[in-house]
Parts: sequence; structure tokens; C-alpha cells
Amino acid sequence: MKPTDIKDPEYFHKVVDCQYACPAHTPVPEYIRLIAQERYTEAYMVNWDSNVFPGILGRTCDRPCEPACRRGRVDEEPVAICRLKRVAADNRNKDDVKSLMPKGPFNPNGKKVALIGAGPAALTVARDLAPIGYEIHLYDEQKLGGGFMRSQIPSFRLPEEVLNDEVNYILDLGIHTQFNHYVSSLKEVLDKGYDAVFIGSGAPKGRDLNVAGREEGKANIHIGINWLSSVAFEHIDKIGKKVIVLGGGNTAMDCCRTARRLGGEEVKVCVRSPFSEMKASPWEKEDAIHEDIPILDNHVPVEFVIKDGKLAGMMFDKVHAAYDDKGKRKLVSTGEPPIFIEADDVLIAIGQENSFPWIERDLGLEFDEWGMPKVDETTFASTHPKVFFGGDAAFGPKNVITAVAHGHQGAVSIDLACQGKNLMDRLDPMVNLHSMKMGIHEWAYDSPVTIDDRFIVPLADKKKALSDRKLEVELGFDKLTGFKEAQRCLNCDVQTVFSEDKCIECDACVDICPTMCITFTENEESEEVLRQKLTVPANELTQDLYVSAELKTKRVMVKDENVCLHCGLCAERCPTSAWDMQKFLYNVTKTHTGCTA
Amino acid sequence: MTYIKPKFRHPDLQKNKLGYTIDYYEGSLSTLCAGCGHDSISGAIIRACFEANIEPHKVAKMSGIGCSSKTPAYFLSNSHGFNSVHGRMPSVATGANMANRDLIYFGVSGDGDTASIGMGQFVHVIRRNLNMVYLVMNNGCYGLTKGQDSATADCGSKNKTGNINLFEGIDLVSLGLELGAGFVAQSFSGDKGQLVPLIKAAMAHLGFALINVVSPCVTFNNNVGSTKSYDYIREHIEATSTFDFVPEMTEIKTDYSEGEIKQIAMHDGSLIQLNKLTKDWDPTNRSSAMNAMLNAKENNEFLTGLIYIDPESVETHELIQTSKTPLNQLSQSTLCPGNMALAEINADLR
Ligand SMILES: Cc1cc2nc3c(=O)[nH]c(=O)nc-3n(C[C@H](O)[C@H](O)[C@H](O)COP(=O)(O)OP(=O)(O)OC[C@H]3O[C@@H](n4cnc5c(N)ncnc54)[C@H](O)[C@@H]3O)c2cc1C
Ligand SMILES: Cc1ncc(C[n+]2csc(CCOP(=O)(O)OP(=O)(O)O)c2C)c(N)n1
Ligand code: SF4
Ligand code: SF4
Ligand code: SF4
Ligand SMILES: [Mg+2]
Repeated sequence: MKPTDIKDPEYFHKVVDCQYACPAHTPVPEYIRLIAQERYTEAYMVNWDSNVFPGILGRTCDRPCEPACRRGRVDEEPVAICRLKRVAADNRNKDDVKSLMPKGPFNPNGKKVALIGAGPAALTVARDLAPIGYEIHLYDEQKLGGGFMRSQIPSFRLPEEVLNDEVNYILDLGIHTQFNHYVSSLKEVLDKGYDAVFIGSGAPKGRDLNVAGREEGKANIHIGINWLSSVAFEHIDKIGKKVIVLGGGNTAMDCCRTARRLGGEEVKVCVRSPFSEMKASPWEKEDAIHEDIPILDNHVPVEFVIKDGKLAGMMFDKVHAAYDDKGKRKLVSTGEPPIFIEADDVLIAIGQENSFPWIERDLGLEFDEWGMPKVDETTFASTHPKVFFGGDAAFGPKNVITAVAHGHQGAVSIDLACQGKNLMDRLDPMVNLHSMKMGIHEWAYDSPVTIDDRFIVPLADKKKALSDRKLEVELGFDKLTGFKEAQRCLNCDVQTVFSEDKCIECDACVDICPTMCITFTENEESEEVLRQKLTVPANELTQDLYVSAELKTKRVMVKDENVCLHCGLCAERCPTSAWDMQKFLYNVTKTHTGCTA
Repeated sequence: MTYIKPKFRHPDLQKNKLGYTIDYYEGSLSTLCAGCGHDSISGAIIRACFEANIEPHKVAKMSGIGCSSKTPAYFLSNSHGFNSVHGRMPSVATGANMANRDLIYFGVSGDGDTASIGMGQFVHVIRRNLNMVYLVMNNGCYGLTKGQDSATADCGSKNKTGNINLFEGIDLVSLGLELGAGFVAQSFSGDKGQLVPLIKAAMAHLGFALINVVSPCVTFNNNVGSTKSYDYIREHIEATSTFDFVPEMTEIKTDYSEGEIKQIAMHDGSLIQLNKLTKDWDPTNRSSAMNAMLNAKENNEFLTGLIYIDPESVETHELIQTSKTPLNQLSQSTLCPGNMALAEINADLR
């Protein structure tokens, strides 16, 4: 194999598994160390700079970082990255945070941008563009900003004041809000002379289930996301005692848990697929089960049963999953007689769709055969030079952190477009690599690896929680637990950097490495062969090999990055400092550089 | 200050036949200088015991004094051990071995511990053919006492302070051959590929097994001009043969061409398999082994690998016909048969 090019910022970026997996590439270990040092405000700002909603995300993020976390490959469970973010948010000094944020009024640059929808994608664009002089007009049909974070995510998972705080940080940058304003025509918006329009209108249409009885029972059959938003905006405050929730995703989990709080005593989730294949995150399923909500899997809805002109329940066909040669799943009826389940109300939470009835089709903005706009995956540009998309509106329903990541890139594109520049002239990430060595056996980071298991987030009393829709269920880590959980982080951004010219091939690093990452061996043409030759074969193919140039003995140093603990022992044992531990900071370049922690 | 070895290990570690992963054979964290050859040898011992499916509680680690003699703390934490007095490891090992012949005695010594203060003990333990592995971590100096030239420093070798050694160095391998050792090998700390099978074979050998391992002292004897530095050894190293240790019941898969290959059966059914690289050398012939050493010296080569083996060698217990049962398993009446038995013996001698 060719020697690894560690000058390529993506090489070490990939080693920081959590940051690499995070759509916004939040420098996770950087903020986790700050939490351990009780520097919560700075930890908050590192987050705010990259993911904009630390308090919200610290409670609700889909956390793609956690399944990627290196700790999960050597220990039972990954670092509780998401809940640590909440520790930073809960303990920040709000005044200090304010003073570290960009403060208006900003020098206007004469450009005006319209944002349609006030969800996380559009709010991110607002935050990135306002401080560099853009005049931002934010439209949303709701009375307050936040998008689905306000209308869908229930208050028992995301308290209103946490949401308000972080939405207001952005609105306070001098954003012109046009709430209670449904945009019914994109043409009208464009005609107002905006320099650019960002569409962050989400995927607001809930899928319906048109089986027998739907029409007759409609008074007690609700589309999940409409129902949740009616609850959020306090148009609905109760539900029948017996409730069926259809669907196996996170929306179904929020629906059933909300129903429990509005008077639902026997709430059941009925899902077509087997339990293990449900779309909901494992922790959301756990939370629902914890609130005494049975999840009945392999239940395919057949019809709504109406008695005396009123919904009485639903019939289900029991199925099992069968897989063809290609692994494609088919749900096959077990042949048992259909099952009747009683219900006063049914909530349909079987998916969401995009819908753009308000966008005229003759503006030069192209849509594909599925009714989705054609959007560039890097620039988020549409086929109309002034219109950009992001969040759920761009590629269908995802999550908050993805919407934020889109927002950053959309803002970069809008800024380039407004300057008449090529949208592909995007700046490289900002990277920085520096040694952590302070002395013999002394590093500027806590290199010892703790053996603590993942700490469990305490919950509010169940009875109390179920009687108050707004009472937050998760209590968050206290400071001490937060510190201990933070210490579980392996500091994957502190990189092992090898200098072949210094190595005397003494094997000290090989012998000390607890996880046998390092092998000195003859090089091989093929990566596959080299992987199998290592002391422990490198079978985790998503993880790179770090290969040195040829050494004096004609061998090369090969390090499998997979389970390196970043303990620094290789560097401590190296007599010649051929290994060094160097902190690698990777920051996605955004439009503004107004705040630094 | 960190210096704590994390508890986590690679999740894909293989288990040996006893069901242990290699970390079960580790010791505590080394306190030797970073880059010391001795640590590499500890690593090789750990790997050899793991691969050879050695039960750790069946091993007794024996050592004297020196950096090298400290290393038993850094491998096989689950084994027995005795860190004895400077140069006196052989007599302690002899006592232990006489009392319990069922253990593997793994002796670790330094060139100072062996060739200076311990020379008297060393030569006698060889001639008695005590069943043990005697591994010398040979760095040509007294590492622990700050690097004075040792008796194995080669004549003409320069130490860190710039002094040239004026005296002839003792060659432990030639000495072992001369004194009748049944297993003699030489290796380099930086060559685990060779050292690991050598250690396995040495443990399988019945009788005294000497392995002289050149092990650079990074702090006091790794300078230009030293003949025991990493660079010098790598430039002068020559192997007698390739070396495979084949445990019993294993199929032999190597495909050497006929004629160069030599197989030697060990007493326990395992095999040593060699592909000879040195001309006119027969590892089972003592004088040819001695010649090979002399030739290497003349050619300024550092000869490594198996040098000599006598698979038939007879160890101390057989020579003096001791009890087959370890003393700790004998009853008190057998161990101490009483006055009547003593009277009988005395009567015989009258
Ligand atoms: C029940 C539920 C729970 C969820 N829970 C989580 C969670 O825990 N974690 C997570 O990460 N994600 C979660 N999500 C997904 C997440 O909410 C979305 O992916 C995210 O909010 C998308 O952001 P966005 O910026 O694209 O737009 P959205 O948040 O969808 O906001 C779009 C906004 O645009 C407005 N709008 C739309 N059309 C118009 C128009 N024509 N004129 C004016 N205004 C308009 C809408 O009113 C809305 O306020 C959940 C989704 C649902 C349905
Ligand atoms: C009886 C006695 N004399 C002298 C010493 C001092 N001393 C300690 S270690 C050592 C030499 C060790 O050299 P070597 O065996 O080569 O070990 P190394 O440290 O080089 O591995 C000496 C002379 C001692 N500990 N005991
Ligand atoms: S251990 Fe820490 S730095 Fe490494 S992937 Fe997990 S959270 Fe990120
Ligand atoms: S930091 Fe070095 S010693 Fe520690 S696990 Fe990684 S490669 Fe091994
Ligand atoms: S410890 Fe340092 S000098 Fe020794 S082999 Fe490793 S990198 Fe090379
Ligand atoms: Mg020595």
C-alpha cells in the first residue's frame, strides 16, 4: 500500500468517529473535554457554532454519532455523547453565552434573503447569514419559530423554554419574522426582489390509511403529525381511554406517549414489521415500553370497525416476515383469523411526505417524478438560480441535525451566489494539528482510559410524568455524573502521528499497545492482504490503515485505526518520539466566524 | 503523569487451546527505559507461552538482579516467580526444580548477572543439565547500574562515554556449547519472528536450554561504535536457518525443497523444522555448531537461530535418579521415613 497521506484533512477526520458521523461534524471530543473541565459555557459555544441547537439536540438528537463511537467497539456501550451535550447546555452561564455570540446591529451588505419555514434548517441559514450583513425575512405559517421542533417534538422530551432560548438566540440577531404567514406562492416571494430564497418548509404531510371504515370513523381517526401539532398548540387536550397508534417510527412513539398523557389508559402501538425492524430508535421504543405501552408487532391493519356509526376498534391480520434470496422482506399472513382490538381513537403515524402545492411549476424550478425538487447534494441549489432548499424539504424527512448541516451549506451557497461566485468555490475545512506533549508521561489531555460503564440518565417519577404533558421525563446528568461520563471519551481527536525518519524499530510501541494496533511488517500491494497480515487482522473495513513509508529494515509501520484507545502509550514508550500525540481540530467552514469559544 | 495500561483489549483476540487470550499472559507495566530491548523479549515470552498453550500456573519465573532480571514482573503475572540475588538465580532455580520437577523453570538473566558475578553458578548449572530455560538478555553492559561495560562487551566496542573496551568479550553461546548444554540458541530482541518459536522450542526441550538474546540498551549502549546497538546488529545479523517449532499432532505444511530441510523430533512429540542457511552446519553435531560460531566470529557476523540441539540430553533428575513425584505431593512418611530407615542406610555404609 502507498504511505498514508496524513496531510489530507479527511484522514484524521475519519479517525474521530463521532465527529465524522455527525452530519454537522461537531467537534465532539473537544466539547467533551471542556465539560470535564467544568467549562460548560465554552462547551456550549463549541456546539452552538457547529450545531446551533445544543440544548435541543442534547435532548432530541437522533445521535448518529453514538453508533459510530469508538468506545462502542471496545466497551459495551458508546459514550453518551448526546446527553453530554445537554450537560453543557444545562450548566452554561446564559449571560456569558450571550456575550460570546455575535451581536447586532450588523453592517448591512445590501442583500435580502427570504427563508420559508422556521425550522432548524432555515434558522441555521438565518444565524449564518445575519451576522455578515444579510437582511433576513423569515416566513412561517405557525405563530412561533422552531418548525417541527415546536409542533412535533413533545414538551416532555423538549421543554418549551429550552426551545425558546435557542430559537430566540437566532431571532435576536435582527431577523425580520413573518409568523402566522402561510406562503401560498413562491412566485410572489421571488417577485419581492429577494437576492435569494431558502426553502426549509419541511415534510409537512402525514400519510393516511385508506381502508374500510376510514370515512365513517373519521371523528376519532387522526393523522399523527397533525394531532401532535394540535396538542402542541393546545387545540387538543384529551383523547379516549383506549387508543391504537399505527406505525413503528419515532412519530408513533411520540403519539403513543402523548396519548398516555391526555387520558389514554390503554394505549397500544400496532406495527406491521417485526419489533427488531421497527424504524424507531431503540431508546424511543424503550421509553414507550417503560410507560406501559405494549408494542404489537407483525400486525397489519385491515379495517376500521364501526359500531353504531362510531369507531369501535380495528381489525388486524397477523403476519410474519419472509425474506427472498435478495434479502427483500415480505410480510406473509400467518393464516390465523383476524384480530380485533378495541379503540376509542386511532392515531395514524405511518410516515410523512413532502408537499409543495405552493410552488408554481413554471418558474424554472424542476421537480422529479416523485414530486421532489431537483437539489444539488453539495450546494443545495435548485435549478432556479435564486432558490435553495434544505432540511426535510430537500431530500425528504430526516432529523434536526441533518437540517442544521444543510442550513450551513445552504448559507455558504447563498453567500457565494450573492457575491456572484461559483457555488463550488467552497472553502476547505479549517484544520489544526498540534502536539499534546508536555513532558515525559505528561500530556495536555487525560490519556488514562476509564473503565466505567455508560451512565444512565435518571428519569422523572413515572406517575407524575404521565399526568403532566409538559413535565420533562429525562432529568439529565448532574455535574458529577457528567464528568464521569465525559471521562469515558477516548479523545479520538488526539491523533497518533508517526515519523518514520525517527523510528529505530525497537518494537516498544508494538509491545505496549493494549489493543495491538501496531504491526511492523513487509508491505503488500493489496490492502486486503496487508489487513490479514497484521498481529490482529484488520477486519473492520470501514476503519483505515495508517501505513508509513519504508523503514530501514525495508518494512513499514502499519496501524489499524479501528480500536486505538488514543491512550498515548505508544508515544510514551517510544524512545525517539517517532510517535507523537497531536490534537487534530477539524472545523467545517461556515459563512460567519463571528463567535469563537 | 499517566502511565496506566488501559484494561481494554482488541475485541477480536484469538483464544488458545486453554481458552485464554494473550492478555492473560501479560505482566504489569514495564518500568524499563522506553525502547529497551528487554521489553521486546518480554513480549516474545508472552506470545510464546500463549501460542504454546502453557498453563501460567505451571511456570516459575526465576531471575537475578539487573534490568533484565526485573522483567519477570512484566510478563506472566499469573505464574510463580522468584527474583533472587545478583548472579545466584541458578542455585535458587536448582533448589526449586529439585523440589518440584513438574513446573517449567523460566530463568531470565543479564550479561552482568550471568557472565560477571554469576559466572560460577552459570557454568555449573549447565554442566548439571538442569531442566530449565535460561534466557540471557544481553546488552553488553550493566544497564541497571548506569551502563558500565560488561564481560560480554566485544573487544573494540565503544560505549556511550566514548571508551573503547580493551578486553575480550565472553561468548555465552560458545561457552554453553563447550560445557555441554543440550539446547543452545542465539537471537535478537528485534526479531520476534525468530525469537518466539525459539522460546517455544526451548520450553519443550528436556534439560538445560540456553538462549542468548542480544537486547540493545537504548540508554547506555545504543551509540555508534557499539556492537550491541540496534543498527550494528541489524547490519551484521545472519541466521543459521529458518526456524519453525511444530507442536505435536500438527500437520507439517511448509514446502521447503528436499535436502535443505531438517526435522528434529523433541522428546514430547513436537518437532523442530529447519531450513538451513549456514553451510557445513549440522545443528545436532556439537563440533559443527562450535565451528559455525567460530566462522561467524571470523566473518564479523552475528549468527542467530538454533545453534545446537541434543534431543536426547539427560537432565539432572534423571542423572541423579530423584523421585518422579514432586516433593510437595509426597506424604510426610515418605519424605521422612524415620529413624529405622536412617539406621538401615547407616548400616549399609558401615
Ligand atoms: C413526531 C416527530 C418527532 C420528531 N422527533 C425528532 C427528534 O426527536 N429528533 C430529531 O432530530 N428529529 C425529530 N423529528 C424530525 C425533525 O423534526 C425534522 O427532521 C426537522 O425539524 C426538519 O427541519 P426543517 O428545517 O427541514 O423543517 P421543519 O422543522 O419541518 O419546519 C418546517 C416549517 O415550515 C413551515 N412551513 C411549511 N410550508 C410552509 C409554507 N408554505 N408557508 C409558511 N410556512 C411553511 C412549517 O409550518 C414548519 O414550521 C421528528 C419529527 C416528527 C414528525
Ligand atoms: C551482589 C551485588 N553486587 C552488585 C550489585 C549491583 N548491580 C546491580 S545490577 C548489576 C549489573 C546488572 O547487569 P546485567 O545483569 O547485564 O543487567 P542489565 O541491567 O544490563 O539488564 C550490578 C553490578 C548488586 N545488586 N548486587
Ligand atoms: S470515544 Fe469520544 S472521541 Fe471517540 S468516537 Fe466516542 S465520543 Fe468521539
Ligand atoms: S494510542 Fe498508541 S498505544 Fe494507545 S491504543 Fe493507540 S496505538 Fe495503541
Ligand atoms: S517505539 Fe518508536 S522507535 Fe520503537 S518501533 Fe515504535 S515508533 Fe519505532
Ligand atoms: Mg546487561
